Amino acid sequence: MNLNFATLTDLQKALRNRDVSATELTQHYLTRIDALDPALNSFISIQAETALDAAGRADARLAQGDARPLTGIPIAQKDIFCLQGHRTTAGSKMLSDFIAPYTATCSEKLADAGAITLGKTNMDEFAMGSSNENSYFGAVHNPWDPQLIPGGSSGGSAAAVAAGLCAASTGTDTGGSIRQPAAMCGLTGLKPTYGRISRWGMIAFASSLDQAGPMTRTARDAAILLEHMAGHDPRDSTSLTEPVPRFSESLGSNIKGLRIGVCREFFTEGLDPAVERSIREALAVYESLGATLVDVSLPHTPYSVSAYYVIAPAECSANLARFDGIRYGHRCSDPENLQDLYQRSRGEGFGEEVKKRILVGTFALSAGYFDAFYHRAQKIRRLIKEDFVQAFEHVDVIAGPTAPTPAFPLGEKASNPVEMYLQDIFTISASLAGVPAMSIPAGLANGLPVGLQLIGNYLQEGPLLQAAHQFQQATHWHTLTPPEVL
Amino acid sequence: MNDLVNETTLVELSTLAALPLEPGKSKATLDALNEVLALVGQMQSLDVANVRPLAHPLERHQSLRADSVTETINPSALSQNAPLYEASLYFVPKVIE
Repeated sequence: MNLNFATLTDLQKALRNRDVSATELTQHYLTRIDALDPALNSFISIQAETALDAAGRADARLAQGDARPLTGIPIAQKDIFCLQGHRTTAGSKMLSDFIAPYTATCSEKLADAGAITLGKTNMDEFAMGSSNENSYFGAVHNPWDPQLIPGGSSGGSAAAVAAGLCAASTGTDTGGSIRQPAAMCGLTGLKPTYGRISRWGMIAFASSLDQAGPMTRTARDAAILLEHMAGHDPRDSTSLTEPVPRFSESLGSNIKGLRIGVCREFFTEGLDPAVERSIREALAVYESLGATLVDVSLPHTPYSVSAYYVIAPAECSANLARFDGIRYGHRCSDPENLQDLYQRSRGEGFGEEVKKRILVGTFALSAGYFDAFYHRAQKIRRLIKEDFVQAFEHVDVIAGPTAPTPAFPLGEKASNPVEMYLQDIFTISASLAGVPAMSIPAGLANGLPVGLQLIGNYLQEGPLLQAAHQFQQATHWHTLTPPEVL
Repeated sequence: MNDLVNETTLVELSTLAALPLEPGKSKATLDALNEVLALVGQMQSLDVANVRPLAHPLERHQSLRADSVTETINPSALSQNAPLYEASLYFVPKVIE
């Protein structure tokens, strides 16, 4: 078995059969990180010692026949999740020395299930970005071509899995930050229903949108990780109380009769023709599997980017007000007074994109503009949600491209924020509505991965994963690996 | 759409956001903000007169815990991240002369 690109299921089996030990597996990935990550910059910090300690404990459990579902599986975690005693930076100078005093609930759940954390992955600062060029720790490079961006904001998590530096990773998605990098690195990435996974211990960007999720090689792997990340958490008042199904046990049945809505607003002018071709071919695969394609409209999709870039900055301006240079985070030197301390600490600690979004959010929430911007954006959010509610009266899943283009060169859109924001035009509406959505590999455009986005109804991650799994049983796109990575 | 943010508004926003006005950067900041606000301005063309705003995507009540202490945290785990902390106090510049 090629350990580099093995699935969770393969690794679970290999560990239980003692074909490989957890220590060997962990060391294998650590060696690959040492060798390959200097060119990718997908990790901000590596936890070699604690990972090997955990691997030793995992081997003892395996020897005793006491393995939990993820015992011995090495994963990477986006550096937005607090891990007690470990540096947690959110890709920002502001938190470059922050040691987390507690562990995020979903990370704790993964550890309880036996997963081993190899390290924390690079990301756009405070998850604000679509290219992973906004990190204080430098840009991440796409394993498919190091001259290209890996997508963002969970670009480090995507690059690490795509390069075979870990078995799977965690990400967060506020407007597409799991799905878009998954698409650009040839992975399966799932943003669950808002509230499915606790946000406790996950550094906040926009609290009504932020949602954690798995980034994996296959839909089955995503189902396995989701089972162990999801569930009610009394420490997060927005966490859902619904029980978590065993997603990985209901992937097998066929999808004959599945009604797939093809959203006409997702096939717009800015869509790369090669991406569109791959998506149309993927839809034809679904037809061959017995699904029915249904034309659907989500008429307010064109307004989603506008509404998002009011709501998300407004929430970010409130959330990031906590960084004042006093209790934690960067503090400027020799402040003249309290106001100077606040302003210079924040000015030095935050990067340009973060400062811009804080100012946009402050504007949208300020007297005289609140109704015309924030209130209006929230009304459009309802219209977008209603679009989905109506569409799901007629279809089970909605399909379309995840991103309008494949991965693009580093620096290409850095000076054009609007073009960068439009990268998320197909992913933002599901975030605003709070419905689950995922990206799966669906072809190559000019030799680069293309992501098919599948969107489900509220709490319907099961059928979504089933549709993704059945596609992966009929296609090989998810098995492709970057050509240059050994 | 005319530029919504001018130099005066930028000063007000910077104060509200506790961000410094960086010398020589105000033109670039103004341009960047107005570019985003022009994009955002597209939503002004939609009639939303009878639409209720949506704050939470699932429109549920938040599940609240009983108002009682359930766990504690070691204060030193928190204070180790403070830039200036002594004798259980967070230090700031003198506020009252």
